[in-house]
Amino acid sequence: MNWNDVNTFLAMGGYGLYVWGSVLMTVLLLATEALSLRMRRVNFLRRVARRLRLARKEGK
Amino acid sequence: MPAAAARRGAGFFRYASPQQFFPLAGRMMPFFSVAAALLAIAGSVVGFLVAPTDFQQGDAYRIIFLHVPAAWMSMFLYLVMAFWSAVGLVFNTRLSSMMATALAPTGAMFTFIALWTGALWGKPTWGAWWVWDARLTSELLLLFLYIGFMALQSAIDDPRRADRAGALLALVGVVNVPVIYFSVQWWNTLHQGSSISMTKAPSMAATMLLGMLLMALAAWAYSIAVALARVRCIMLEREKHADWVRQYVEKQA
Repeated sequence: MNWNDVNTFLAMGGYGLYVWGSVLMTVLLLATEALSLRMRRVNFLRRVARRLRLARKEGK
Repeated sequence: MPAAAARRGAGFFRYASPQQFFPLAGRMMPFFSVAAALLAIAGSVVGFLVAPTDFQQGDAYRIIFLHVPAAWMSMFLYLVMAFWSAVGLVFNTRLSSMMATALAPTGAMFTFIALWTGALWGKPTWGAWWVWDARLTSELLLLFLYIGFMALQSAIDDPRRADRAGALLALVGVVNVPVIYFSVQWWNTLHQGSSISMTKAPSMAATMLLGMLLMALAAWAYSIAVALARVRCIMLEREKHADWVRQYVEKQA
């Protein structure tokens, strides 16, 4: 362990802005990509399920 | 359908059809997602908590635990994308082209992360967010190649024509990757040389190296998981009128 308390950890030896700016952007982009893929899948499934339901109703 | 079953064949080529590969990709995804999360946690603990402060660059050096894996991934994903593009062009296999398409956004994202973290590292270390040197400029060109690939594909309505056009662009742009990689040797540049050859006290270099390797493996696992998730979406969207997609959607509902 390289740190004695939370504040020195957050300060990153005066480079906090640069280090946490890097971490934040990386986490933000990775999370956004994963989430948008989940939404893309859910939206597709919903759209096609609706189309199938309509087609079945018309078929009757 | 015995003829279709025979055509499907056995072994690896069985998975060359989207219908066969789809469930396999679905089974592999959770494994790589969990691996990515665990490796990223381990890598962050080693890199940000355990690894000692660099005596030259201070704690700003910790950015390399994100920067280097992202930069490696940005180049590697381009090579994989160009590989699948070439396979798709030569053998006219739909799935290969879909793989290439699925990799581009993730590659572009890692390229952007490499540039962003590089700027945040460069400011305190070099005194500049950005310089037009060989390493940085060729990495920026990589970002434009990814964006160009995606823009070109989305501009063409016919997916098979979009595949071929994108593949040509990906293959022309592949010369840029060795330029990025060797730029620090070929030209006099502000960017430091390879970080792996750090000549510090052995124990120190060891934890730094371990953190970087864990993060690199996490980036690999993440890229595989995300590429599989995206290629599954692409398969569903492109084959939305096929029977297997209809059956799959009904099973999910």
